[in-house]
Amino acid sequence: MGRAVSSPAGKFKLGDRVTVKFEDRPGHIRTPWYIRGKTGWIERIHGDFLNPESLAYGRDGLPKRTLYLVAFNQADVWGRSAGPSDKVLVDIYEHWLDPAR
Amino acid sequence: MSDTPAEAHGHEHPKHELSHYAKRIYAIRDLLLEKGVLTEKDIQCQVEYQEARSPANGSRLVARSWVDPAFKARLIAEPKAACAEMGIDATAINEFVVLENTETVRHMVVCTLCSCYPRPILGRPPDWYKSFNYRQRAVVDPRGVMREFGLNLADDVEVRVHDSTADIRYLVLPLRPKGTEGRGEVELAKLVTRDSMIGVMDALSAVPE
Amino acid sequence: MSRGHHDVGGLPDAGAIEQSEHQLSDWEILADAVNQALGARGIKRTDEMRRAREEMDSETYRDMTYYERWIASIETILIEKKILTKDEIDRRLAEFEKEWGEP
Repeated sequence: MGRAVSSPAGKFKLGDRVTVKFEDRPGHIRTPWYIRGKTGWIERIHGDFLNPESLAYGRDGLPKRTLYLVAFNQADVWGRSAGPSDKVLVDIYEHWLDPAR
Repeated sequence: MSDTPAEAHGHEHPKHELSHYAKRIYAIRDLLLEKGVLTEKDIQCQVEYQEARSPANGSRLVARSWVDPAFKARLIAEPKAACAEMGIDATAINEFVVLENTETVRHMVVCTLCSCYPRPILGRPPDWYKSFNYRQRAVVDPRGVMREFGLNLADDVEVRVHDSTADIRYLVLPLRPKGTEGRGEVELAKLVTRDSMIGVMDALSAVPE
Repeated sequence: MSRGHHDVGGLPDAGAIEQSEHQLSDWEILADAVNQALGARGIKRTDEMRRAREEMDSETYRDMTYYERWIASIETILIEKKILTKDEIDRRLAEFEKEWGEP
């Protein structure tokens, strides 16, 4: 895991700690509720993709957004974890991520 | 307005007994054909495309990976190209990632938001994969889900649950079962269940009688 | 705004995974094929279908079966794109129902 795809527009690097924005915005959102506000790290850079939030309404999805695989410790997401090193990994677009403080 | 060959493939219900929306697709289909939005061939092509896709494709990829380390490396690095090598058409997948299970790491795949699944490789997802129960539990209680499928893991194994929320499609490469040394690909493929490529269970250790 | 009815990851009170499977009915195979064919022709995108499902009434969403939701979404998108009208679909369905006979 952790293959880096070149993405000149992408602002995060592998291993960067990131926090998912805690926003409640309308429209077609592919950032699940349970992960909003949680902090993890960049596990993989998938590359640039058309923005589904725009495509869902018949628009062209441009400009493309960088998509990341972000890994989270289960305990950090749910407050508990059956296995101490268990993780949940989510594909998240850059505009939903802030650098972790 | 007559039935197309597409309808010979499924489970037949008398149409007047179908639910409201089930009936509606016939009207929608008919109108789309009449207006030239779609052709009969368009629809039939999709029926055939879907029928050609099944977990057997995935099993072949996994079995080849088990016996051929160079192929496994290619499958992980360039999955679509590796599929093409084996005559499996994965071109419909935008981006494809293979998740390799090991003695210390197990992967599991879910789409909590809908039911995204690597259909071009594995065919249609099972009903349970699309169910609310799976979508709710997979991310928070993966070990509980695995136990229901017969897989009990020690605490020191890392469970990694992937929520496929975007255009990436994930395929789990299950661990080769112990005691299968010397077996050929065809035999090994029989041990690779669909559910092991979703990650809720390991591959079988023996073909069921 | 609040969490969408489709956004179910981590919601509590989920039960055991029902592992039995059903063989697809004709109408489900047709719904699948029409959906894919519309995509192949560039008439609609998967993202639009997902959004249509998300915008459905929540009770309806939970009560419908998987392919019923697809059919409702296909209809919503086709009407939105002015390819079909609800009236046309209703009328054609009424004609078919006459043919099929009522239960």
